Amino acid sequence: MSLLTPTIRPSVVARLNPVAKLAVALTVSCALLLSIDWVSAGVALLLEAVLLVWSGLSARQFWLRTAPVWIAAPMASITTVLYGEDSGALLWQFGFISVTEGSAQLGLAIGLRVLAIGLPGIVLLATTDPTDLADGLAQVLRLPARFVLGGLAGLRLVGMFIEDWHCLTLARRARGVGDGGGVRGAARRFFGPAFSLLVISVRRGSKLATAMEARGFGSDEPRTWARLSQVRAADAVLVGVGCAISGIAIAVAVWAGTWSFVLA
Amino acid sequence: MPAPTSFTPGREPHRRAVQIRAHDWGWRHAGRHNPAVSGLGLQIEPGERVLLLGASGAGKSTLLHALAGVLGDAEDGDATGSLLIDGRRAAEARGRVGLVLQDPDSQVVLARVGDDVAFGCENLAVPRAEIWPRVRRALAEVGLDLPLDHPTSSLSGGQKQRLALAGVLAMQPGLLLLDEPTANLDPEGVIDVRDAVVRSLDLSGATCVIIEHRVEVWQDVVDRVIVLDPAGGVLADGATRDILASQGERLAQAGVWVPALPPRFPTRHPVPQPQTLLRAEGLMVGRVPFGRRTASVVADNITLDVRAGTASVVTGPNGAGKSTLALTLAGLLAPAGGMLRASDAFSAGIRPEPHRWRSTQLLTRIGTVFQDPEHQFLAATVRDDLLIGPRALGLSVVQQTSRVDELMLRLRLDHLADANPFTLSGGEKRRMSVATVLATRPRLLVLDEPTFGQDSRTWQELVTLLAELLDEGTAIVAVTHDAQFVSALADEEYRLGTPDPIRLGSGAL
Repeated sequence: MSLLTPTIRPSVVARLNPVAKLAVALTVSCALLLSIDWVSAGVALLLEAVLLVWSGLSARQFWLRTAPVWIAAPMASITTVLYGEDSGALLWQFGFISVTEGSAQLGLAIGLRVLAIGLPGIVLLATTDPTDLADGLAQVLRLPARFVLGGLAGLRLVGMFIEDWHCLTLARRARGVGDGGGVRGAARRFFGPAFSLLVISVRRGSKLATAMEARGFGSDEPRTWARLSQVRAADAVLVGVGCAISGIAIAVAVWAGTWSFVLA
Repeated sequence: MPAPTSFTPGREPHRRAVQIRAHDWGWRHAGRHNPAVSGLGLQIEPGERVLLLGASGAGKSTLLHALAGVLGDAEDGDATGSLLIDGRRAAEARGRVGLVLQDPDSQVVLARVGDDVAFGCENLAVPRAEIWPRVRRALAEVGLDLPLDHPTSSLSGGQKQRLALAGVLAMQPGLLLLDEPTANLDPEGVIDVRDAVVRSLDLSGATCVIIEHRVEVWQDVVDRVIVLDPAGGVLADGATRDILASQGERLAQAGVWVPALPPRFPTRHPVPQPQTLLRAEGLMVGRVPFGRRTASVVADNITLDVRAGTASVVTGPNGAGKSTLALTLAGLLAPAGGMLRASDAFSAGIRPEPHRWRSTQLLTRIGTVFQDPEHQFLAATVRDDLLIGPRALGLSVVQQTSRVDELMLRLRLDHLADANPFTLSGGEKRRMSVATVLATRPRLLVLDEPTFGQDSRTWQELVTLLAELLDEGTAIVAVTHDAQFVSALADEEYRLGTPDPIRLGSGAL
């Protein structure tokens, strides 16, 4: 498995057009950013959890990929509970730290929100091949080919950075500057190879650009696409589901009276 | 799927071989004082196969890039005279010309084999229905029998070069340009790529211009040799055999590998009773993959001795773990299992496991020359870079300077003392990377593919220098694919995948 050719198990979600997935992730995020309350985020998260079953990710893959969100959510939540704006009854106090009903509720809302926005985004992207995404961006959204394909080709260099970084650190050890020197030494050991990596990467990038240009890339002539990317009925359904999740989440929050429009 | 659009007249594939005409052509890169090429006049007829030779700096690559239309415009440099492809300016002939470059890694554009080959066709606006048959045909021509969705990242160097060739062939060019296509490949990859080129030329009849300093590989493929003069224009032009006979001496001096004039092997003076420095028994080597904790073993059951004044070479197929073994012996990677110990005489008072030595303790014991010289450059000038090792050893300023000055003279780097190491030529970078290591006088030198892609002159200098070091008692471990290097220096060959080292016995043993 690698960054550019991820092993994606065939699943309902994996077959969908990446642009539709992107649209859903953006719709849900925007809807949830309009208010900070625990009901809308909770409802959205619940509905998403049902849909994640169809993602085709194995349990291991799911937890591994979404780990950052599971760590970030409680952190954001606890920070808000402890330091968030106080309102309502005082529940607990220690020095300048105070937990009130208001800050507790806000913390819950923030935590759920991070999950409800983060999880579907990561899961949808984990089931997307970067090449397919580029095809979608260029053919469905009509973004400029030069920009999309340039970015895609550049992504391939990331794998090489890792290999280069490894070699650079070994080389520093071989040259007698691989350890010692305390904090300053450690800083030098990071910034030294970082600069070399920059030089080597720029060099690689310009070679790649020449190779692409030699194959006719970058002219103003129209180009064709070997892989067809189009929006099918299933993609429309997915976007519909995304809108429905957002709509239901907002409706329930308004009905429960917790909706607080951030722009109001 | 929509019906494929029909061909528009101007966009038909150009299967016809093209003609090249240069009249007093020249090019000066922006910001440079001297032109890279000047006063060039030549004519290449459709279907001709030409080997382009010349000293480094004679402008071979510049000419090839110009023919491929990738030199850029007035902002990138000044052109003089004319360079025409079928009577049109080279820059307008894009799509009729295919270019394969030297570095296998920087030519792969997309993540999957089929998509990568299709890339050029897409840019030429070939209809979708036509692209995939072309992709399959091109892959068959270069002998890459892989599924279309095979990841390009898992290909070997030779396979990547054949992939690049397929990507160009699918565009059906009338002119195929090859810029040192086999310089960075192992011997097997060289033959595969060469044969793929010949097969495709036989099928298409396209005109072909090749730059390559290993003449032996291509001399039977081409029917004409053109030698560029670094002072401008053409030095010699004619049938392969005639040119190699009349210009052989001159070309060999310029670093071209002329088959009739192989480099000389140095005479060795073996050290009596060589001391053992390192001993490996049942050694397993591997790397820790990114984001993992345990090493994945690439080679195991390695038993060998590294002795003073003795050259041991590690050979074997790609992916057998040669470089990993070298880095482990060099004390840069921890063994994945088994035993690797330095003798008491070698460790001289510190613990016996090289990978646990401090960075500065390695300096006087083991020096490592990496495959890519750029990976080991640390400073902004050649002199400063060479001073890093001696300074880390705590030598006096006088000692530091005298050591570095002596080394720069010995490796012909003195005129480059203030140059940035990254701006040196390929041969200079190699000499420089060896110099950085020699500056601390290590007793063991570990080299990873030291002669890869080097011209015959640098090769000769490197082999001579290593022979001198061996005579002085330095131990050498070298990973190599280069059969001539093995013949010239190796006392012992360790072929990965076979149980025991092979004693060659030319030197100390």
